[in-house]
Amino acid sequence: MARITLSRLAHSYHADPKADADFALKEMDHTWEDGGAYALLGASGCGKTTLLNIISGLVRPSHGRVLFGEADVTDQPTAARNIAQVFQFPVVYDTMTVRDNLAFPLRNRGMGAAQVRARVDQVAAMIGMADRLGRKARGLTADAKQKISLGRGMVREDVNAILFDEPLTVIDPQMKWALRTQLKALHREFGHTMIYVTHDQTEALTFADRVVVMHDGRVVQTGTPQDLFETPAHTFVGYFIGSPGMNLFDAAVQGNRAVVGGHAVTLDAHYAPPRGRTQIGVRPEYVAVAATGDLPLTVTRVEDVGRHRILRAALAGAPLNAILPEGAPVPAEPRATFRPDRTLVYSDDWRVEGGAA
Amino acid sequence: MDRTPNNRAWFLVLPMLALVLFSAVIPLMTVVNYSVQDTFGDNEFFWAGLAWFEETIASERMREALWRNVLFSAIILAIQIPLGIFVALNMPKRGFWASFCLVLMALPLLIPFNVVGTIWQIFGRVDIGLLGHALDVLGVDYNYVSDPLDAWITIVAMDVWHWTSLVALLCYAGLQSIPQAYYQAARIDQAGRWAVFRHIELPKLKGVLLIAVLLRFMDSFMIYTEPFVVTGGGPGNATTFLSIDLVKMATGQFDLGPAAAFSLMYFLVILLVSWVFYTVMTNLDREEEPR
Repeated sequence: MARITLSRLAHSYHADPKADADFALKEMDHTWEDGGAYALLGASGCGKTTLLNIISGLVRPSHGRVLFGEADVTDQPTAARNIAQVFQFPVVYDTMTVRDNLAFPLRNRGMGAAQVRARVDQVAAMIGMADRLGRKARGLTADAKQKISLGRGMVREDVNAILFDEPLTVIDPQMKWALRTQLKALHREFGHTMIYVTHDQTEALTFADRVVVMHDGRVVQTGTPQDLFETPAHTFVGYFIGSPGMNLFDAAVQGNRAVVGGHAVTLDAHYAPPRGRTQIGVRPEYVAVAATGDLPLTVTRVEDVGRHRILRAALAGAPLNAILPEGAPVPAEPRATFRPDRTLVYSDDWRVEGGAA
Repeated sequence: MDRTPNNRAWFLVLPMLALVLFSAVIPLMTVVNYSVQDTFGDNEFFWAGLAWFEETIASERMREALWRNVLFSAIILAIQIPLGIFVALNMPKRGFWASFCLVLMALPLLIPFNVVGTIWQIFGRVDIGLLGHALDVLGVDYNYVSDPLDAWITIVAMDVWHWTSLVALLCYAGLQSIPQAYYQAARIDQAGRWAVFRHIELPKLKGVLLIAVLLRFMDSFMIYTEPFVVTGGGPGNATTFLSIDLVKMATGQFDLGPAAAFSLMYFLVILLVSWVFYTVMTNLDREEEPR
C-alpha cells in the first residue's frame, strides 16, 4: 500500500495535442493519501475514467508521472502495479465457476490453494454469493456478475489501491445500498486506498471521506462532503452537488454589497471588484422566503418532495430554487433573503475569497 | 395466456418450399430412385432393392476411400483450426496493416478450386515448378506424381494454403467482438498471456470455431476438384477420395445404381458427423444444473 501521487499529469488521446481542448485531462497535481476513501465525482465525459485508467496503468499518460509512494510507476504495466479495478459493466470469466472467478487474481499471484480457498470463502460471504460458488458464472444475472467483479476487486488483500469505475450502475437500488455499506466496512477493516468513480452525488457523499470533483478534465475541488456543500470552489461544484443545485446570479459586487437585478444583497465579507463574469451563489437551503425580504420573486411552482418543499421561482430573469420548511405557507408576494455567510462570490466560475468585513 | 395460432403464416413459406423442392428434394429423390434400381440401358429399369447399398458397404475399395477421407479431414482440422486461431491472434487489430492483412488473407478464398489445383500442380512439378524444382535442387527427394506420401503432403499443403484464411478470418471477427474491458480486467487480475487466451479468447471464440469446424469438416470431407486436378487420385489410389471414386463410378463407368447408393451414404455420413460435431460443441460446457 502506498500513497499515490500524480505529478504534472495530463493526458491527450491526440498524437500531437496543441489546444487546451485536445486534452482529456488537463495538467494536474494530485495526491491520494494512503488508506483514503475517495470519491471521484463528475459528469459523464469529464475524464474520470481516463484518470482511473492512468492510475491502474491501463492508459499511459501522455504527460507527467504517476508515483506509488516514492516509486515512479508511469512506465510499469498494470500487472506490476498490483492494483484492483472494478469496471462499470460486469466482466466475468464465463467458463469458470464463481469460485474460480474469485480465485483467479490470487492464483495468478501464485497463492497457495488453502489460502485461496479461505480468502474466496470470505469474499463470497461479503458479496452474498457463498451459496453459488460452484456454479458457472455464465448463466448468472447482470447484478450477480457485477458482484463477482466486485469480489474479484476485493479478493487481494495486499493491493496498492482499489479503483471502482461506477461499479453499481447495473445493480438494483436495494443491493446498491447493501454493497456500498460492505465497501465502507471493507475499507474500515483493511484500510485500502479506495477511489470510487461515480456521477451520483449520493453515492459519492455516502462512500467517501474525501470527494474529488472533476469538471472538463480538471479537478475543480477536493474536500469533505461538507466542504463541497458549503463552500463550492467552482460553480460546477455548486451546481452538481446538492439537489437542487446552487442558485447562481450575475451580480455587480463591491465591498460587502452585491447587486442583483437592481436589488442589493448583503455579503459577510469585503470583495475587491472581481474581474470577468461575476456571480453570486447561494444554496436553496440558505434562501429564506417570506412576505418581507431583499429580493422580489416570481413563483413558478412549488414541488412537494416529501421531507420538504421546493419553491421554483424567477429572480431578475434567472431561476431560483428555495427549500421551504414543511408547513410554511408561501406568501402572495414572496421576497427572498440570502443568508450573508452562505452567499459566495464567483469570478469566471471560480470562487473569490473575501476580506474581513 | 391462450393464443390461437394463426396457421396462415405457413403460406408465406410456400415459395421457399417450392424452390427447395425443385433445387434439392426432387434431384435427391432421383438419386434415391436410381439407388434401388438397376439398368442395362435403354431407360429400362429393374428393381434391385438394397443390393447396391449392401455391395457398397461390403466393398473394400469404398472402405479404403472412406478411411482416406477421414484421415484427410482429421489432418486438415488438426492443422487449420489451431493455425487459423494463431494467425488471427497475431493479425494487426487496426490501421493500414489490418486492412492489408485482411485483403491478403481473402485472396486464396477468391481463387476457383480448379485454378488452385492447377497452381499447385505446376508449383510442385519437379521439372518446371518453383517448389518441386527448388526441392530437387536442394537434394530433397520429392515427387508427388510417384510418391504417395509426397502426394498427400502436397494436397494437405494446398488445402491449408487455400482454406486456413477462412478459419483465420472467422476467428479474427470473433476476436474483434471481444470488449476491451475483458482484456483490461485480465491485466488488473494479472493474468498471463495463456490465461487470457484460455479464459477469455477461447470461450468467446467458441461460436465462430463451431462454424469453422463444421465448414472445414464438410468441405474437406467432400473435397474433389483440387486433388483431382493435382494427382487425379494417384499415385495408384493413394489420394482417391470418396468423391473422386464416386465421379469415376457415376460418369466414368456409368454405374448409376451403385453410385447413387454410394452418394446417399456419403451424404448421410457427412450429415451425421456434422450433427455430432454440432451437438458435442454446443453441449461442451453448457451451464450445469445448480446443485
